[in-house]
Amino acid sequence: MIEIKNVTKRYGANLAVDDVTFTINEGEVLGFLGRNGAGKSTTMNIVTGYISASSGQVLVDGMDILEEPREAKRHIGYLPEQPPLYMDMTVEEYLRFVCDIKEIRRQSQKAHLEDIYELVRIQDVRRRLIKNLSKGYKQRVGLAQALVGNPDVIIMDEPTVGLDPRQIIEIRRLIRDLGKSHTVVLSSHILHEVSDVCDRVVIINRGKIVAQDSLENLTKGIGEGTRMMLRVVGAEKPVQRLLRELPGVSLAEPMGVKEPGSVDFMVESQPGSDVRRQLGNALIAGGYPILMLQPMAATLEDIFLQLTNESAKEE
Amino acid sequence: MLAVYNREMQAYFLTPIGYVFMGSFLLIQGIFFTFGNIFAQSSDFSSMFSNLSFIFMLVVPILTMRLMSDERRNKSDQLLLTSPVSLLSIVVGKFLAACTVFLVTLGITGIYVLILSAFGVISVPEVLVNYFGFFLTGCCLIAVGLLISAMTESQVTAAIATFGIILLFFLMDGMAAMITAPFLAFLVAALQWLSLFQRFEAFSAGIFSLTGVIYMLSFAAVFLYLTVSVIEKRRWSEG
Repeated sequence: MIEIKNVTKRYGANLAVDDVTFTINEGEVLGFLGRNGAGKSTTMNIVTGYISASSGQVLVDGMDILEEPREAKRHIGYLPEQPPLYMDMTVEEYLRFVCDIKEIRRQSQKAHLEDIYELVRIQDVRRRLIKNLSKGYKQRVGLAQALVGNPDVIIMDEPTVGLDPRQIIEIRRLIRDLGKSHTVVLSSHILHEVSDVCDRVVIINRGKIVAQDSLENLTKGIGEGTRMMLRVVGAEKPVQRLLRELPGVSLAEPMGVKEPGSVDFMVESQPGSDVRRQLGNALIAGGYPILMLQPMAATLEDIFLQLTNESAKEE
Repeated sequence: MLAVYNREMQAYFLTPIGYVFMGSFLLIQGIFFTFGNIFAQSSDFSSMFSNLSFIFMLVVPILTMRLMSDERRNKSDQLLLTSPVSLLSIVVGKFLAACTVFLVTLGITGIYVLILSAFGVISVPEVLVNYFGFFLTGCCLIAVGLLISAMTESQVTAAIATFGIILLFFLMDGMAAMITAPFLAFLVAALQWLSLFQRFEAFSAGIFSLTGVIYMLSFAAVFLYLTVSVIEKRRWSEG
């Protein structure tokens, strides 16, 4: 649907986006992940044609966004980080204006807007001035704006920033609904947000893409279930010795005392081996009751930190 | 283009700006009319318009300061620039909206003409040429203001800079007249050629000159083109 080829954006000596290449496939919900300042917004602004890249190419449905901007832009609905609203208009006036600039025929505007009101649930505020709306409603009006003209791709830059938890849940539900009928790209620095709604993730750090894959594959890479937290009654030294001697255990680090009389350990086993049974048997045989054993699945946080640290080390 | 035009017209009257513009323009012109025509018992419109031309310095910035700067500050330019509309039609739409507000305001002053014609004799063609020249000059300065508004995110900066530039246009004739050194003759010629108000004076004298019309239309076109370039350049900027 959208191909981003070797896109670079230079600001002085600084490379905001550095040779970024990826594809947005039709029908998917793609998460675009990165820390603040990693180049997410710049990339999105380039993809939507708001700013131009220093080099590289963006193809929307085979059309270059710079060479055939009018046709290419018809396929994209964009919700920037700050929704582009006119505070002095009512919701209805504003969305009518958006219909006009997106060249929706006057006759079909009413019905089209009714659908959108319903989808993003803003019927009850349609006659209110935008400046008087809460942040969550403003965000939804911004989203409504992106939906005008029924574009194939909807691009959202940090759609949940600054919203309260309930509003966040609502916006996420909306994104999930949209994903059923549209291609959706959403950027975020919040990881579980992306894991909640996205099929595939592109991770960007310092302007470079450090990973792009399905969530499943990304979490698989980091040995799942090989790390666990353990709380054992007993003294630190002998328990640690016992744990280290177990076959398959590669690491046993004491993590301090969280509960009087016990010690916490972080235990890592070698990839592919599940040591929980032997570990349990050995500890009980040694007279050390287990109070807690919690496998730690690698989360997106781990992947993210690992990837962004790796790319920091390389430099 | 029509969509941007409509939105801009709406914005003038949803915010106080349109009313402030109309109010201050009509107040000042009313004062000039009352003193220059009624109290002086004169039916001469030319001198009123000629005296009134300084008003551009005060009212054009009101009309143009927020046109582009506000879009940038508000980030609503992201909507315009990612929509399937060309940059030129955005700029022209905004320009025409400002010109329309000016035209409507100027139209209201037609009442003065009716008042005068009821009690005295006026030369209709002369008055029309005066109006036409005044309107064209205003449009040129609106184009200047639009360009300045596209260069900044702050309305205040845009207003002050527009005021300054229009003042400069005003002083141009005076400066040209002060330069006597023969080796600077080229500068005098350049200033005279550039002088917008000198062209306006011709209209004000009741002379309809085609060169003047073409000059003013090209003047506005150049500034609109520059506005488009400024915005386009920013999209490519690497600074």
